[in-house]
Amino acid sequence: MNEWQKLLPHDETFKCVKCGYCLPVCPTYKVLEKESASPRGRIALVKAAAEGKIDVLQHLAGPIDLCLGCRVCEVACPAEVKYGVILEGAKQAIHGAKQEKKAETPLFRWLEKLIFQWLFPYPGRLKALSGILWFYQKTGFARLVEVLGFSRFLPYHLGEFAAALPAAPFPLSFFGRKERLAPRKGKKARVAFFTGCIMDSLFFETNRKSIELLAAVGCETILPKGQTCCGALHAHAGKISQAKKLAKRNIEAFERSGADWVVTNAGGCGAMLAEYHHLLSDEPEWAKRAQAFAAKCRDLSTLLEECGPLPFKKKISCRITYQDSCHLRNVQNVISAPRKLLHSLPGAEVVELCGAGECCGSAGIYNLIQYETSMKVLDRKMEAVRETDAEILVTSNPGCLLQMRLGIRRAGLENRMKAVHLADLLHEACTGE
Amino acid sequence: MGLDPSIVKELIRITDEERVLLSLDERYTYAFDASFGTYLPDVVVFPQSATEIAEIMKLANREQIPVTPRGGGTSLSGGPLPVAGGIVLAMTRMNKLLRIDRDNLIAFVEPGITTAELQREAEKAGLFYPPDPSSSNVSTIGGNLAENSGGPHGLKYGVTKHYVIGLEVVTPQGEIIRTGGMTVKNVTGYDLTSLIVGSEGTLGIITKAVLRLIPKPPARKALMAIFDEIVDSGRAISGILKNGILPAKLEMMDQASIRAVENYQPSGLPLDAAAILLLEVDGHPAAVDEEIRKAAQICRQYAAREVRLAADEAERAELWKARKLVSPAISQVKPTKISEDATVPRSKIPEMLERLRQIREKYQLHLVVFGHAGDGNLHPNIIADSRDRDEMKRVEEAVAEIFKAAVELGGTLSGEHGIGTMKPAFMEMELGSAGLDMMRRIKQAWDPNNILNPFKIFPQPGQTRVVLTE
Ligand SMILES: Cc1cc2nc3c(=O)[nH]c(=O)nc-3n(C[C@H](O)[C@H](O)[C@H](O)COP(=O)(O)OP(=O)(O)OC[C@H]3O[C@@H](n4cnc5c(N)ncnc54)[C@H](O)[C@@H]3O)c2cc1C
Ligand code: SF4
Ligand code: SF4
Repeated sequence: MNEWQKLLPHDETFKCVKCGYCLPVCPTYKVLEKESASPRGRIALVKAAAEGKIDVLQHLAGPIDLCLGCRVCEVACPAEVKYGVILEGAKQAIHGAKQEKKAETPLFRWLEKLIFQWLFPYPGRLKALSGILWFYQKTGFARLVEVLGFSRFLPYHLGEFAAALPAAPFPLSFFGRKERLAPRKGKKARVAFFTGCIMDSLFFETNRKSIELLAAVGCETILPKGQTCCGALHAHAGKISQAKKLAKRNIEAFERSGADWVVTNAGGCGAMLAEYHHLLSDEPEWAKRAQAFAAKCRDLSTLLEECGPLPFKKKISCRITYQDSCHLRNVQNVISAPRKLLHSLPGAEVVELCGAGECCGSAGIYNLIQYETSMKVLDRKMEAVRETDAEILVTSNPGCLLQMRLGIRRAGLENRMKAVHLADLLHEACTGE
Repeated sequence: MGLDPSIVKELIRITDEERVLLSLDERYTYAFDASFGTYLPDVVVFPQSATEIAEIMKLANREQIPVTPRGGGTSLSGGPLPVAGGIVLAMTRMNKLLRIDRDNLIAFVEPGITTAELQREAEKAGLFYPPDPSSSNVSTIGGNLAENSGGPHGLKYGVTKHYVIGLEVVTPQGEIIRTGGMTVKNVTGYDLTSLIVGSEGTLGIITKAVLRLIPKPPARKALMAIFDEIVDSGRAISGILKNGILPAKLEMMDQASIRAVENYQPSGLPLDAAAILLLEVDGHPAAVDEEIRKAAQICRQYAAREVRLAADEAERAELWKARKLVSPAISQVKPTKISEDATVPRSKIPEMLERLRQIREKYQLHLVVFGHAGDGNLHPNIIADSRDRDEMKRVEEAVAEIFKAAVELGGTLSGEHGIGTMKPAFMEMELGSAGLDMMRRIKQAWDPNNILNPFKIFPQPGQTRVVLTE
């Protein structure tokens, strides 16, 4: 048995009774129509790899890389198999084996390093990047690239994604944000806001609006210093030790804040924070602190719903539909709060999206790395979106939001529909902005 | 081992590159079902039509390659396991609903459609497809036909075999034949449709099915009856049926399953009860009201300590939720579940329950009983840990004794899960040697080279017991 094999969660795989109840919900099984793209198949492969019957790199890596990590299978499983644990263990083993064999292309390794080690742990650098994007979009450079068709030459279909990016915030707006915002009416709770990476650069405005919404329902909001990336991208790529480092920095930063709740507005980050106690369970001096931290994590929507009602001023006379963020729904079990908030919007007509709980195929950087499968999943999703005839498509996670924007373009719906973050829409109804 | 490259090429010619899976990882994911054992196929093929399958069968016959059809892979008896390697024919992409004919109340389907999908489509047309195995979200109609599956609705509405009136089948030698037709009544020649149903993929590959639908019953009502003695619940079942009430569903849970559910997800079940019955009637609203009232009265007559009537649809769903939780709840205790489905005549239910209790004590196992009590199809489930060899040996012996008890009481080895690789050793006990021999001869007539799903149903020389340890 080699070292990587030992990282595979063999015991957990025994809980799977192979009933297949998870098959009909798995988005990759639906589009690829074979067992190796299903939870049941993947679990069987992890078990086989742990028993040394198949090779971690040659046989396990492919099917695991194709998993979105959406974890809807976990919700469907009658035997309560912790698929998340199995997946994370598999990724860790694959990551280790890949590093040892230097199995990835130099470009991929360089990009990974850039993203995971140089970029995400440093909020300032992401903001700088967002500034460059602003410049690119505002100076006509973007149009030039599009007209000349340069984007075709970018790796990982980046051109297509770049075109779907929202307008980056004006770089100077990053400065001068207060570290504390007082509640607008009687104080109901003291909350610490998790700013995130992408949310705090590209979606800086959404963060600002989220904080204002919290204040509007009576939450004193602090932005703890020293917080960093949640580590989800790292953990999902099998880089557990990097993820742990980030987790510890966050726990420390938020402990100092003395807040009742830790609030996120990104489903993916929220799920990661809420599972810090799993991540750190094997480190006795951290396990308890992680547990306490995880218990305080809340999604923005649940607090707004609980402390509301929001002071709506403007009618949103539109047809609205909602796409769940997988990690918000399947890991944090937040399903009704965002919907209730939408229903409370004056003037809005809310329609349920058929299969709203199904992944859109964005899944971190899955859409870059597994472009083809991701687009198959997305195109299926957009068919359901088209059926709703909605004008506004709401999500609660930056990755989903970008993917939805891309989907709208792919489906040719740009003139009929826009995708927004829940906080943006609620804020618009409260301020008319 | 492994297939000759020329055969692989031929398979790709018949289908296409994308539908022939050869890599070890792909093959590993078709090496199991929901029962025991892992058997690697040499290749997995996704056919898309009867003609393709006919060509594959001709090739397999010529080259003597074993072929195993597979649907959702939910079999609890090893049916789709490629025991001899060879080709797994994965039927899941032949999954179209071809047509629902509302005038004649029939549906034409491809075999890979899931049971639940057909049920939904029937419902949309205002109709009803009653067979309801609990695996319906995953299991395919092809698998249901091959195993003759049933569910709670079996008591009143029957099982899969009662809803099939015609089939298109590819024979092991690669001929496409049609059995039955589009009419409920049909006596032209031998009833090959019935022969194929329940044949566990050993006689032919089903490529199309003509299924009977019925109008959807307009009303339904449910109750839960709580008993202090498990035998009383058995008597109540007979009492209800004797009094001319035919419930749409009649299920029971014993104390061990009640406790497991309450531990797993508190549902307000009485922990001290020895058994509970769950009963549902459906039909015309007035008849439904009358029947549920009468059923409640009979339960009380047979010493039910409490009868809970579901007042509305929500409460009805709540009652059934407890039953649905049994399966997940018991798998919390230990990871390996051995689901048996030995079935006895209804009148023998109390006796069978007693025998099961003795077996549990003798072998010191975690044995839980729940199931379709109304039709005598009890589900004794043993919960164990496949990593514990000693325990698994005891399970093997206990299972053999369960089969023996069922047959001695005039029942059968399997009510709905099939024989597969799990129960061949006991076939002769139930059928006698002449009976088993007749079946063997039928198999030989259909499949002279024994290439279609070999090592199933019929015992191999020297095979005398269940083997659960790998
Ligand atoms: C959690 C769980 C609950 C279950 N509950 C029930 C229940 O309530 N009632 C019940 O009866 N069963 C139940 N089962 C057993 C199982 O679901 C049924 O036997 C089901 O009919 C199998 O269908 P499948 O599509 O999964 O077939 P598979 O398991 O893939 O195959 C079953 C058999 O059918 C053959 N086969 C498949 N497709 C074809 C075809 N097109 N032509 C010819 N042969 C074919 C295979 O070779 C195999 O022998 C349950 C199983 C599980 C895991
Ligand atoms: S996490 Fe999502 S994509 Fe991965 S196996 Fe589960 S359901 Fe499928
Ligand atoms: S639903 Fe759970 S137990 Fe069933 S096959 Fe999927 S992971 Fe395994």
